[in-house]
Amino acid sequence: MTADVLPAALAPAPRAAPGYWGGVWRRLRRDKVTLVCAGILLLMLAAIVFAPLIAPHSPYQASMLRRLKPIGFPGYPLGTDELGRDMLTRLIYGGRLSWYLGITPVAIAFVVGGLLGVIAGFAGGWLNMLIMRVTDVFYAFPSVLLAVAISGALGAGIFNAILSLTLVFIPQIIRVAEAVTTGVRTLDYVEAARASGAGALTIVRVHVAPNVLGPIFVYATSLISVAMILASGLSFLGLGTKPPEPEWGLMLNTLRTAIYSQPMIAILPGLCIFVTSICFNMVSDGLRTAMDVRA
Amino acid sequence: MLLYLLRRTLYAVPIALAVSLVCFSLVHIAPGDPINAIVPADAPQEVVDQIRREYGLDKPLPVQFGLWLGHVVQGDLGRSLATGRSVWSDLSVAVLNTLRLAVAASLIGFAVGCVLGGLAGVFQGTWIDRVATGLAVAGVSVPHYWLGMVMVVIFSVELGALPAMGAGPTGGGAWAWDWAHIRHLVLPAVTLCVIPMGIVTRTLRGIIAEIMGQDFVNTLRGKGLLGRTIFLHVVKNAAPNALAVMGLQLGYLMGGSILVETVFSWPGTGFLLNSAIFQRDIPVLQGTILVLALFFVVLNLLVDLMQTALDPRIKRA
Repeated sequence: MTADVLPAALAPAPRAAPGYWGGVWRRLRRDKVTLVCAGILLLMLAAIVFAPLIAPHSPYQASMLRRLKPIGFPGYPLGTDELGRDMLTRLIYGGRLSWYLGITPVAIAFVVGGLLGVIAGFAGGWLNMLIMRVTDVFYAFPSVLLAVAISGALGAGIFNAILSLTLVFIPQIIRVAEAVTTGVRTLDYVEAARASGAGALTIVRVHVAPNVLGPIFVYATSLISVAMILASGLSFLGLGTKPPEPEWGLMLNTLRTAIYSQPMIAILPGLCIFVTSICFNMVSDGLRTAMDVRA
Repeated sequence: MLLYLLRRTLYAVPIALAVSLVCFSLVHIAPGDPINAIVPADAPQEVVDQIRREYGLDKPLPVQFGLWLGHVVQGDLGRSLATGRSVWSDLSVAVLNTLRLAVAASLIGFAVGCVLGGLAGVFQGTWIDRVATGLAVAGVSVPHYWLGMVMVVIFSVELGALPAMGAGPTGGGAWAWDWAHIRHLVLPAVTLCVIPMGIVTRTLRGIIAEIMGQDFVNTLRGKGLLGRTIFLHVVKNAAPNALAVMGLQLGYLMGGSILVETVFSWPGTGFLLNSAIFQRDIPVLQGTILVLALFFVVLNLLVDLMQTALDPRIKRA
């Protein structure tokens, strides 16, 4: 009895070759820093989704008697703010608006900018000229300035803040999307598809989109951190969220008066922004490495 | 080369025009009749009508843009609603203050970033690399307005070593490079420098790592040259890119210092913008944005030309 006459059922089953996503997942699993950061972000997400269940107090209930109590005050583990509202509660609820303001503009810009960029890159010619030259104009503004200009002219409000941030990020995503699409467009397999009679839509859907979505997505995730800082910054300037809504940037602004009496409490909301932003940056970097994107 | 210089400069003109158009439309995207954004609400009807005619607000939009542009190129950015003074008189002082802050911050950021990025690139994969990269990520992730508050808590409140706000005894009107003024610049500049520090570190690490992997470095090593000589070769190769990154960062800081200026009450353009936003003083908002954006366009142009001139590997026509 030799090995070559073993019944087929006894032979080790051939393992399915890990696909692209299998490889990405395997690399991600080994990247401890990215995993820890992603874990922190998931915890935060859970906290802000289930805020009403875990927050000990109401985010709006003020009290003149217990203003600016220190960290560790009985019943108020992170103290109280300048109107006597529970800091822990407001930080948890504040995450809702801060995350919303940070992610929404990037998500919209990812769809709109990605679409425009792919169109510009794939169509080339005058359409490319048109889209890219308009992009150049918005690119000629430093991003903070453009966000402040647009929401400053439109006035305070969540909608205006999201609108201005979306307009800031669309050109940046268009640039990346156009660059990667132009790179893919001239590759042999696209030529081959065209030669075998595939229409433009089919080529974009089957051959271009799967190859450009990864890099655009990774780039977009790297913008979330910037978007959060900018969004909170707008609220910090009095644009964006209005009181008494809890939002980290706005809380940082209203607590500025407490910087001499309760500095530890005054810097808490900023710490939340910092931790969130650094985690998003690390996860984005990890994704870039794991997905092997060079952009 | 000369042709490129000409073409690149000419290309900046339509961009500058389009940037002005965006700034012009700021008045029109503001809610309400644009005339209300230009004249105070309690102005008598004759004044309103006169200004409406003067600014051509009764004419079609393209004509209005032409008239506005005509005013702008003559240095007339309109009048502030809040103070009644011409926008340019306040703006010219504020721009200089912001420029001081931004130059100081980008120089500090560039110096620290070069050291960190250089070390990280040379000692790739060691703990030095990890520390430098970590600092770079922290630098670009930190909300700098918050960092400013932390700095105030540490150096002004706890240590009492440096002032927390303002620009010195003259309130920013007249600047001098003496300690009485510079001590006011330290905290805002250090706060603002973390962004260019992070970006320069990341960029330089990439550039240095790439250069160190190139054949000519191995050749130099093979020739038995000392570390210092090799270092000089690497610097020469990395300098054009690094300088370009720093130039652009200066522009970003000019436009992005609004938050830090607000924290430190630094009397620059950011502070001006902030009060303009609060008082809904649209002419000041528009004028400040326009000047900063045009500064950025010109800076972009200069950086491009400088990079082309410095780096013989870039061939442009």
